[in-house]
Amino acid sequence: MKLVIGLDGASTGDKALDFAKSLAAQTKSCELIVVYVIEWSPFSFQTAEENAQRHKRREEEIEIAMERVVNPAVKSLSDAGLTARAIVRHGDVADTIDSIAVKEGASQIVVARSSAGGLTTRLFGSSTANLVMNASVPVTVVA
Amino acid sequence: MQNIQRLFLTLGAFIAMSGQAVAQEATSLDAQVNAAFANATGWFVSLIFAPIPGTSFPWIVMWLVVGASVFSIYFAFVQFRFFGHAIGLVKGDYSDPDDAGEVSHFQALATALSGTVGLGNIAGVAVAVGIGGPGATFWMILAGLLGMASKFTECTLGVKYRNEYPDGSVSGGPMYYMSKGFDELGLPGGKILAVLFSIFCILGALGGGNMFQANQAHAQITQITGDFPGWITGLIFAAVVFAVIVGGIKSIAKVTEKIVPLMGILYVGAALIVLIVNYDKIGWAFGQIFEGAFTGLGVAGGMVGALIQGFKRAAFSNEAGVGSAAIAHSAVKTKEPITEGFVSLLEPLIDTVVICTMTALVIVISGQLLIDEASGNYILNEGATAIATIDGNSGVALTSAAFGSAISWFPFVLAIAVILFAFSTMISWSYYGLKAWTYLFGEGKMTELIFKIIFCIFIVIGAAASLGPVIDFSDAAIFAMAVVNITALYFLMKVVKKELASYSSRLKSGEIKKYQH
Repeated sequence: MKLVIGLDGASTGDKALDFAKSLAAQTKSCELIVVYVIEWSPFSFQTAEENAQRHKRREEEIEIAMERVVNPAVKSLSDAGLTARAIVRHGDVADTIDSIAVKEGASQIVVARSSAGGLTTRLFGSSTANLVMNASVPVTVVA
Repeated sequence: MQNIQRLFLTLGAFIAMSGQAVAQEATSLDAQVNAAFANATGWFVSLIFAPIPGTSFPWIVMWLVVGASVFSIYFAFVQFRFFGHAIGLVKGDYSDPDDAGEVSHFQALATALSGTVGLGNIAGVAVAVGIGGPGATFWMILAGLLGMASKFTECTLGVKYRNEYPDGSVSGGPMYYMSKGFDELGLPGGKILAVLFSIFCILGALGGGNMFQANQAHAQITQITGDFPGWITGLIFAAVVFAVIVGGIKSIAKVTEKIVPLMGILYVGAALIVLIVNYDKIGWAFGQIFEGAFTGLGVAGGMVGALIQGFKRAAFSNEAGVGSAAIAHSAVKTKEPITEGFVSLLEPLIDTVVICTMTALVIVISGQLLIDEASGNYILNEGATAIATIDGNSGVALTSAAFGSAISWFPFVLAIAVILFAFSTMISWSYYGLKAWTYLFGEGKMTELIFKIIFCIFIVIGAAASLGPVIDFSDAAIFAMAVVNITALYFLMKVVKKELASYSSRLKSGEIKKYQH
């Protein structure tokens, strides 16, 4: 069985990790894929200077995400005796998590309940809500 | 050391040019800046716009059109054959999801467009139509369509021969394909062309990319507030630009980069509304454009006058063949340099064929240009230099009046749009100029800072000078870039042809495929 765990760097992510751990403990062999998506759109507007620096920034963003969010999560899963690996991607959070789940052949996605609030969420919905509505595999939202 | 020496020599020349103006009394500062500027740049302008002997046709316009036609034919009208593919690339159909987070084709196109869409589309078109009549529009569209091939050629080369540094940042543009491309082909003189191009690019950045923008933004502001000295506007603009390019205050640039596309859409939207309201006149306006293209309808210089104005303004607006876009496009991370060429060929189409034509139609339909009812020809102004208009407007004021005659409050929106367009164009050109500058003097914090300060000083000069000398110098500097750039493109176009052949065969065989998103 393969599980995709979507993290957003907030503390609620720990709950998702704990839930995934307990889920994995019930099966014989389970591969856990920890995914962190850096919100990014190919259709945003940038200055020429930002474009020239983009490749460098992208590497930095990936490195920071690995260091602060994904690697600690993978470590805590490995420490619990589970097989885990990490993916960091740029893109739309909901779309990207879903397409990784499809590509990897995961049977389930585990995410934490959205921690963000405010006007944007009211207008466009949260990434979690978007994922739940559009996902191609079952999604568990951990509260 | 040699670099520093060269830097100071160049700096000396700039100070000699601007210093006169700064030292004068403040009383008639504008007039003195103006006179000093015209004196300092007159010879350069007359050299670039010299007519072909025995005609009144400037050789530079012929140079651009011949270049664009040669590239169109050499690449078998790539601008039409790969048009659909270009759209697919911009939509991201061929983008590898693993590369997400790099500069996308869309972003490169948008950045390059924000450097070209601006005053050329609003003020430049008004100048073209005001002098060359509606017929200038026809030649402008033709020049835009042909120019797509020039853009394709230069942007492909820009990506192919860019420099990638260990820290992941990139520098590209004509100076790099001139030196590296010529070396690769074993041709001499690449370095000389690169240095020449860089010099003209710096002048172009200070002229069309800076002074012309500041000048027209000031003209637009005074229309609303009443007259006040240009250097005040210049200082404010200079302070904001300084904050962005020297202070690194990204938020200002970020806000502008978001508002500018909105303004562009708003502008086209308003033009469409004017056209829809006057739908019964659209047929007549196109009639004027076609008739004027071949007869001139009484404008100074007749058909040739219309043609010169159309070609000139199209080149100034979409910058095809000038080489500036090659700098903007080279930041894209792509395995196929030619894909950037395909994407860039959309620029002259959007900029010239769509947006410029909109402006021209609105001006023609608005009836701002006075027509002699008896002959059907346009009436010329007193000096017989341009078509007489209702309020004697020209440039951006003419466009403003044309929109105002249909939507009374639109001049206010236009004023804001002009200021923002001017600002974003300045930011873009400060980058192009900087790349040329660092090519000449080497990369480094100090050399970069010197250029940025010079750039800000020229904003003040541009806002204070009157339109005549500024627009002449701006055109001359930007066209001088095209002289060097197109020369290099002739030598390097076979490199692009090879890329094109390889890419299109792989596209046909299915090796290059769309990604599922």
